[in-house]
Amino acid sequence: MSVKTELTTPVKVVKDAGKNKIIKEKNENLVGLFFVSPMLIGVSILVLLPIFATFALSFADWSFITPLSQLKWVGFDNFTRLFEDAVFLKSLRNNAIFVLTVPICMAISLLIAITIDKNVYMKGFFKVAFFMPYISSVVAIAVVWQVLFHPSAGPINQVLMSLGIKNPPLWIADPNFALISIMIIQIWISIGFNMIIYLAGLQSIPRDLYEAADIDGANAWVKFRNITLPLISPTSFFLFITGIISTFKVFDLIAVLTKGGPMNSTSMIVWNLYDTAFVNLKIGYASAMAVVLFIVVFGITVFQWIGQKKWVNY
Amino acid sequence: MANSILIKKSIITVVMLVCSVLFLLPFVWMLSTSFKIEADVFKFPIQWIPERSNGFNNYKEVWFGDYPFYVYYWNTIKVTVITTCVSVVVSALAAYGFSKVKFPFGKFLFMIVLATYMVPPQAILVPQFILFRKIGLFDSHFGLILLGSFSVLGTFMLRQFFMSIHNDYIEAAKIDGAGHWRIFWSIALPIVKPAIATYGILRFIWTWNDYQNPLIFLRTDSLLTIQIAMQKFTTINGEFYSLIMAAAVSAILPLVIVFIIGQKQVIEGIALGGVKG
Repeated sequence: MSVKTELTTPVKVVKDAGKNKIIKEKNENLVGLFFVSPMLIGVSILVLLPIFATFALSFADWSFITPLSQLKWVGFDNFTRLFEDAVFLKSLRNNAIFVLTVPICMAISLLIAITIDKNVYMKGFFKVAFFMPYISSVVAIAVVWQVLFHPSAGPINQVLMSLGIKNPPLWIADPNFALISIMIIQIWISIGFNMIIYLAGLQSIPRDLYEAADIDGANAWVKFRNITLPLISPTSFFLFITGIISTFKVFDLIAVLTKGGPMNSTSMIVWNLYDTAFVNLKIGYASAMAVVLFIVVFGITVFQWIGQKKWVNY
Repeated sequence: MANSILIKKSIITVVMLVCSVLFLLPFVWMLSTSFKIEADVFKFPIQWIPERSNGFNNYKEVWFGDYPFYVYYWNTIKVTVITTCVSVVVSALAAYGFSKVKFPFGKFLFMIVLATYMVPPQAILVPQFILFRKIGLFDSHFGLILLGSFSVLGTFMLRQFFMSIHNDYIEAAKIDGAGHWRIFWSIALPIVKPAIATYGILRFIWTWNDYQNPLIFLRTDSLLTIQIAMQKFTTINGEFYSLIMAAAVSAILPLVIVFIIGQKQVIEGIALGGVKG
């Protein structure tokens, strides 16, 4: 009997330990789910569910004011109409033009970052100064620029006229200049963000590369062209992609400054979508625009994944 | 040699100072105009320091006039502070769960959450709007707070920091009998405090500046946040630019204060994660 217990006891203990382990693992699973569940629930209800709904609604014809029973399924109708819609095509084109702000802003920001990285006193002050527009409210900024751009009495045109320019542009009131005006403001806002990222990128370039180049007698341009530019390329690529994606989200500036006008010259996909859904109340049609927007951003993201491996010289 | 470098550096500093002043001129113009009487707003050459000051009346009209800013300030502070707190808690919990607790599909679930980050917020506005109308969250601060509370970006940022905590710490605590909750609260959280401060400040700034969500999800005048109020104020006071500038200064000021206090965290946080609201 005693021998038997002696023999069985260890087995029993091992068994118990195994049970404990299983219980512990189950606990760990529950604990894990407990930690992530608020986030998961929130994302599922507020993001995942609406994504599916957007895709579904893009095949429907429905308006906010009619009951759900009036919803009609129309297949790809919304999409075929979309690509014959002059305003939507204009918005797409404006989006494409707006992308130009990204490289321009990157070039200016890189210049500022290199200048204040090693060549100035009061580096902290410059960082804060150039970052100011980025943290300021877009609505307030837009309103300030609206007055600065005032066609007849605004300070910008007063300065231009005092410099002898007879007919300065009407800026946001002129269909030919409105988009450019908004692009100028967008660049002004984004410089701070780009500059901070570039400054961080510059820190990671090893100093001895520049010292070696100095010994070889390289001038500033050669050093920039052969050391800084290639070694900063991962940062540039990151800024380029996030910059492009963010141009597809520009809404506040247009909503406050031009509402897509004059003559749709500043309408972009996001504005067009908002206008269709919340002003004209065409839900299905707006959802089709959302799907196009979604596909464009998805395409850019895929491009980023592939491109990161291919084009970044590291 | 050393001297010539010093001189060069000083010259570049002066040039950059001029550039940064030009860069900030719109802010200077805004501030100076907010103290002017209306007749002097467009006087040329520009009066950078107003000769006839009307600052007191301008700001009084903004804060206690027909569109009283103190109401919208209170709304915005409420929404921003609560959103920031909830978002930090939700993100910190999820970040710890995704980095330090092993559970089935953990990696997979994290990838799904991360993937939702690339969805443009405007692409899901319509279903969100319909949903909020149906469940009665439309036109309420609670709904607005919910919309800002589940930040993928915050989770991602904080997860990076949690991952840098060595697993030995956590194993040691487990052997001492501490559960994950205790470990999270008394070991992990104190270590990532700086990251939480950074994310908290960024979330505060983004929520304060949010224009799109309040525009779509709020209707009642008395519930409006400062960004929408600012726009309404501008529409109503159309040609009173001195008043509008006083409103703009009022809308930007709290952020400038938050930014100057948390300057280091904000700039480092942006540089570190390459984050963008």
